[in-house]
Formats: sequence, C-alpha cells, structure tokens
Amino acid sequence: MKPLPPRDFDAAAARHLLNRAGYGGTPAQLRQLAAMGLDAAVDHLVDYDDHPALPGPDLDADVIRKRTAEERQRISQAKKSGDQDHLDAVRKQQSQARRDDRKQFQSLQQWWLGRMAQTPRPLEERLTFFWHGHFASSQRSVRDSYLMYAQNAMLREHARGRFDAMVAAVVHDPAMLKYLNNDRNIAKRPNENLARELMELFTLGVGNYTEDDIKEVARALTGYGVDDNDFVLNKRRHDGGEKKILGQTGPFDGASVAALLAAHPACPRFIALKLYDYFVADVGDVYEKLSRRRAAAVDSLTAVLRKENLHIGRTLKHLFKSRHFYDDDVVGKKIKSPVQLLVGTVRSLGTPTREAKNVLPALTQMGQVPFLPPTVDGWDGGRAWINTSTLFVRQNYTTYLATGLDAKAKPKSNSKKRRKNKAKAATEPAYRPTTLLAHLSNPSPQAAADALIDHALGPHTPSARRVPLHDLANELLADGLADAPLARLIAAIAATPEYQLC
Amino acid sequence: MCKHYHPQTCDTPPEGLYAEGALTRRRFVTHGLGLLSAAATVPAFLMQAGDAMAADTTMRLSSVPGAADGRVLVVVQLSGGNDGLNTVVPIGDDAYAKARPGVGHKPGDVLDLPGVDGIGLHPSLGPIQEMVQAGLCGVVQGVGYPNPNRSHFASMDVWHTADLTGKGGRGWIGQSLETRIPQDSAGMDCLSIGNAAPLAALGKEQRPVSFAQADLFRFAARGQDASISTTYDAVNHTPGPEGHEDPLAFVQRTALDAQVASDRVRKAVAGKSKTKWPGNNLAKQLQMVARMIRADLPTRVYYVTLGGFDTHSNQKSNHQRLMKDFGSAMKAFYDELDATGDRSRVTSLAFSEFGRRVRQNASAGTDHGCAGPSFVFGDAVNPGLIGKHPSLTKLDKGDLKFGIDFRSIYTELLEGWLKLDPTVALGRRYPTAGILRAV
Repeated sequence: MKPLPPRDFDAAAARHLLNRAGYGGTPAQLRQLAAMGLDAAVDHLVDYDDHPALPGPDLDADVIRKRTAEERQRISQAKKSGDQDHLDAVRKQQSQARRDDRKQFQSLQQWWLGRMAQTPRPLEERLTFFWHGHFASSQRSVRDSYLMYAQNAMLREHARGRFDAMVAAVVHDPAMLKYLNNDRNIAKRPNENLARELMELFTLGVGNYTEDDIKEVARALTGYGVDDNDFVLNKRRHDGGEKKILGQTGPFDGASVAALLAAHPACPRFIALKLYDYFVADVGDVYEKLSRRRAAAVDSLTAVLRKENLHIGRTLKHLFKSRHFYDDDVVGKKIKSPVQLLVGTVRSLGTPTREAKNVLPALTQMGQVPFLPPTVDGWDGGRAWINTSTLFVRQNYTTYLATGLDAKAKPKSNSKKRRKNKAKAATEPAYRPTTLLAHLSNPSPQAAADALIDHALGPHTPSARRVPLHDLANELLADGLADAPLARLIAAIAATPEYQLC
Repeated sequence: MCKHYHPQTCDTPPEGLYAEGALTRRRFVTHGLGLLSAAATVPAFLMQAGDAMAADTTMRLSSVPGAADGRVLVVVQLSGGNDGLNTVVPIGDDAYAKARPGVGHKPGDVLDLPGVDGIGLHPSLGPIQEMVQAGLCGVVQGVGYPNPNRSHFASMDVWHTADLTGKGGRGWIGQSLETRIPQDSAGMDCLSIGNAAPLAALGKEQRPVSFAQADLFRFAARGQDASISTTYDAVNHTPGPEGHEDPLAFVQRTALDAQVASDRVRKAVAGKSKTKWPGNNLAKQLQMVARMIRADLPTRVYYVTLGGFDTHSNQKSNHQRLMKDFGSAMKAFYDELDATGDRSRVTSLAFSEFGRRVRQNASAGTDHGCAGPSFVFGDAVNPGLIGKHPSLTKLDKGDLKFGIDFRSIYTELLEGWLKLDPTVALGRRYPTAGILRAV
C-alpha cells in the first residue's frame, strides 16, 4: 500500500485515524495525536500493549455451574421414585441460576461498554469488537455470562496478534464450542456446525472448500467439548484417524486444522476484505461485488497481510499509514455502528454517559447489543444500521447524551415528577462542552459552531450545510459561550445526517 | 383512491410476482428523472405517493406485489408461557381434574363453545366465546414444535425465527416482508408497540417502527426544544450530496422518510375511537393499532405484547386477570374495526412461547411446558376449534405433545393472508392447518 506522505498527516487526518482506529477523541487529544506525526501516531494506537489496561469485570465464574455427581444421583433417584417435590426444587434452583446469569450478563455488557468509553487502548476494543462480530457467539444460546466473558478475553488477547493463533484459540473456546454445538460433535455422530462455519465464515469463505472437506473437518473436531468452564478433549469421542482436508492427509485435530485453514491461499483475502469493510469502507463481504478501485485496495491489503504472516497489528499499521486510508471517498463515508455512535459521542464530545439502564434498550432498538450478535455471521453493518426507526433512536440518544433531554419526558409532566427529574439531573455529572473550545480565545458564535462542526462532522463539511447550525449558534450563544447552550448546539450537530457517518 | 380493502374494486390484478415491481422501476425512470435533483430532499415515500396518485388513481399507495392490498396482520404475543390447559380447558377429561386439583377449573365454570363437548374456555374468556359464536375467532389447539425448549428465551426465539435451534437469527415477519418488491412504505411495513423491536420483525435490513408511545417515535427535541428541532428540519432540508451510492444522501433521505412516518403515525394515533375500550394494557395497544389501521398507514404487520403469563405461583387470580384483559381487548379491537369498516382486512394471531405442565406445582401454579393453544381472529379465519386437543395422558416428559406445528400457522398467514412467500423465512411451506377460510 502506498504510504501517506508524512506532511499530509494534518489535524483532519488525525481525526479520521482516531475515528476509525478508535472512537474518536476530544479536540485536545486530536491535536496531541496530530503533533506526533503519522508514524508515531499510528504506532501509538496499534502498539497498545505499551499503555495500561483497565481491569476485567467482577464476575462469578460459577453462576451457571455443572451439577455435582451427588446432585445428579439425587435427581435420578427422584425421577425413579417420582419425588416431584425434589424435581420442582431443582427446577426452581435452575431458574434462579438463570436469573442470576441474566443479571450478571447485564453487568458484563455494561462493563464492556464502560471499558470502550474509558480505555487508553481504543484500538484494542475496536478490534475485539471486530472479532466478536467475526467469530460471533451469542449469549442467547450460550447462556452463560462467564463463558461469554472468557471468549471476550480470548478475542482481546489475540486481537492484534497472528490470525492463525486466533483461529486455534477459537476452536478451543468453550462459548464457541457451545454456540456451534460442537459439544455434541462426537466420533459416532459428527455434528458439522462448527466445521462449516469455520471455513465458510471464519477463514476461507464460500467456494474454497467442498462438502467433503466439511465432513472431514468435523471429524477432526469430534470430542472437542466443554467441561464446566473449560475446554475439554474427550478422547473417547474424538476421531483420531486420518482425514483428507483441502487435499492434505493426516490425523488432523483442532489445532492442525486451524493451522491448515489459516495457511490456505484464500484466507488472507477473506480476512483482508473483512478488515477493509470494518476499518475503511462499507463494501460488504463479497469480493466480486467490489468496484475496481476497492478491489485493488483490498488486493494490496491482502498482500500486506500475507507478507506479515497474518499478523493483524502489523497489517493495520500499513493500512493506517496508507494514502488510500485518507482518501476523499473514505473519510466521512462510513456509517457508524450503534456502539461506535454511542461510545464515540462520549469520547469525542465528552458527554456524560447518563443513566446506564437506558443504554441497552437503546442499543437493542438500534440493532447492536454486545454479546448478542443476531447470527453466527455477526452484524450486517453499513446501511443496515439506518432506517426510519433506528435513525430516530440514534439521534435521540445522542441528544440525550448531550442535553439529558429524554424522549420519554412529557413536555407538561406534573411538577412532582419534574422536581424529581431535576433532582436526578443535579446528581448527574454535568456536561462541560466549553472545554471542547478551550483552545479558542473568545470565539464568535459562528466560529464556535464551526469549530464544533469541524470536530464532530469533519472539516470537509460544506458551508451550505453549516448555515442552519450557524443560525442556531447565533441564537443560542448571543450572550457568550456557556455550557448549557453549547450542549444544545452540540445536540443539533449530532442530529445531522453527517454525524451518522465517520 | 379507495379508502379500504374491497377486493373486487380495488385490486389491480397482479401480473406475476415481479410485474408491479417492474412497473415501479419503469415509473422511476420516466417520472423519476425530472425529480432527480429533488431526490436528496424529497422523501422516497412522498415521491412514490404523489407518483402513484398521478399514475393511477385507482391504485392504492400500498399496492405492491407480495402483499395483498390493505390486508393487515396483527400479532399478539402473550409472553411468559400462557397456561393453555386453563385457557382452552379439556373439562370432560378426568385426567384434567386429577392433574390440577387446586389450579384447575370446575366443570360448571368453563364456557361452552358451539357444538363442542368436553372442551370449554376459561371462565373469563366470555368475549372470546362471543367472537367464536360470531364467526370471528378460531381456537387452534395443541400448537408447538418438535423437541420443545422450555426456556422462555429460547422458545420465544424459536417462535420468532421459526428456527428450532432457538439460536436467534432473523425473524419470520422481517424476512418475509423483505421479499416484497419494491419496499416503498417508508420503513413502515411493520410496526411494533413496545420498547424493544421484537426479533420476529427483524430481517436482514428490515426493521420495524417501534415505540412504547407514539410520542416517542419522533426526534426527541420536537415539542421540547424548538431551537434544536427547527435546526434539525433546516439541516434535513438543506441540499446535500445526491445519488443512491452516496451514504450521506442515503441517511438524509432516511431522515426525511422518518419524518413523514413519524407525522403519519402520531397523527393516526391521536385520532378518535368509535367505540368504548377497556383500559387494560393490551387494549391500549390495540386501540392505537386500530387507529393506525383506520388511518390507512402502509403498515402490513402490527406487533403487540401482553406479558405476565409466567404463572409459577398463585396462578388462579393472576391468570384470571390476564384472560379477562386478553379477551376484552381482542373483542374491543374487532368491535372498533367493525365500526370503522376495517374488520374484513385485519387478521390477528395470538400466541405464547409455550404452554405449561399438565401437573400443577407445589405453589398453586404451573411450570414451563410445551404445546398450547393459539388464537386467530378476523373475518378470514375458520371459527371454532381447530385441530385436536392434545392428550393429557400420552405425554412427553409430563408435557402435552403438539399436534399443529406453529410454522403451519405462519405458512397460512404469510401465503394465504399476506400473499408473501413463506419459504424464505420458514425454509419451506408447512402443511396448512385450515385456519383461514377460503377467501
């Protein structure tokens, strides 16, 4: 990939870089990044191991636990003797555990969102989410919040490392083994679910393997299961015989299959296209549908990935330093995912996060809930994020983040409720948007608006599109800059079509 | 334009599945060129509305292939696992009294169904009994699916996605609506009332309009902060980039479409009802739906939910209230539709994710079970009992065995009622259970 000349790495480029490799940043953070220069800025973001990590969540690993031998015996006795009361009690216990798990699951979701909003390693979370959508598993069927966390930690650990190591970790991951029913894949009755997705969605893409390959990969993965919270290889259920996979013969198991698939010639382009779709442009995942220009860019990214031995971090450095990454048809042309929109608003505009209980229902309506991808294919992304319903939800949530204005609030609510709301508002951390403009000395309303537009929508925003926002600034800021009117101006900026893109 | 669905006078005869889609594309080419520069600022929905009226005054705005004109499906979700055995009661079966000494109904209390012996309705389902008698309600017995899942979430997912693994995925309604060509109803094909969009309504790109209150389906600053909302409108009406490829033009078009949809929905919901409604939660939702149907929104599927059916303890009083709410709301809904002249174009389905165990538990309640009854409503349904009541003695791990696969009901509603291809969402056509009359 042709590199961007270092002198072209200006404030606008730094803004774009942090939008895509992270969740954006405050104007001060962007100035810092720009001052580092292209190479140092990209390295700073990608070599995130150098920065401190935030702690993991506080979880009970045994919220869903295996029954002890004793308990199992007691149940089978009860079944034999018709002891319905004991069976009822067991059911009750079970539903209590489910309830506890659901509660813990919510705190896990909150933890991740919080981490994204606060981490000094934004690319780590962006990449972890990328892999979460790529190697998708859902709490809906895993139904064990601890295993979902363990998978998240595994994805994070390998996020910027070598893809082959990641694939190997995935075929040993308890949540994945459960999600794709590999815990029911045994030598006598192979279950092909994981084998199929491993090739179709995780490494190669349709057309690069045969149905026979699926059958043979499934054999290699027999006996791969879960014991309580851990991976377990049940040797008696594992088929240790010779398999012929993609033209190679050997006593393949999970690890060697992972290595074989990652080494397949189709793998680098498959992964490069996914990376391109996530970090560069909403192009979808069908190479054949790309324009010539996009295809050429994906080809060069593929070559880099191959040359870097599938090392993701090193590949991303090339990408983030390439001229293509900063092209006009890339910058400001990608639709933000719901998580990116919310976390990005908090990080780049410095809004408070407001009440935590509101965020998950909003994300549900927007169509992206962490740990609940709709299918094993992850989220669709791109234009699928935006429709008449989700757009209001998105705009209303950013309005809420900036101003605290709640769509639910009735304009004429009774005074008691209003007092209560006011009391609540007083305890919330206030929003101080004047800090976003601290670098300007005494700006006019229009200059303040332009600075915020440049920051939130991009300096490429044409002047005609700025006019209504200038008008609003003139109205709101007539008496000078203050937090409350600025928050309203920011809400209006965040409600523009431009803000849905980055 | 016709206000309502009258098959003889309004329907443009479909010329094959894609015929009208082709027509619309042609219209876009001939009429659309002149409007090309306006494309970025005029909502797609409005353009088509004006265009359709200009082109053919007898054709409804929502007249698209893949959806019979004006026909509406209302899905009523009874969440928590409705106790089917106490809803549609096999009162003549000795095994019933035996399994439910405290929780069960007494023989004199259940409500008779015309021409049916030994099976009656919950004492609080008087309104449903009336609807059956009036030919407006079919009671589908023993509905379920193979290898039933007793988890609320997994079983609800099964019903929503028609995927028996319970792994989630895409919804039966969302996927089916996506088969319509073109999709020109400003994203209003499906509308759900409630805070979260139901999985059933999610397709690959299809999303339902969803709100708990119609007031919330709008830009939040509207009515609360005039300065912000004036600016919002001004920005959305400022010409931006053009063309179908440009993402900004796409977002801006959607914003304008959303505004149109929001205005229509809120105006519709603010309308007046013609009849008296009970005040329960389901009735309130259906009252909104009735108003939207009357206002002729281009919405084909409405989704409402009544929760609270997870009656593990002290079932009797709770379930009684739920039955009363359910019955009175459905009756009020169809009374209203009758008064507005919309009854013949609305079919409804009420379902629950599972029934409950045959045997009551130790807390005067019932635990999660499997098969249970569903209800279908409207002029188009076969009234009375449909299917056989499952045996109370030939059980599957203490639970009723299903006789009718819920996907059979979906097949009939999609294909027979909405004229949509059922195979996309269901994988195949399921043998129909005879819930619809030949119409």
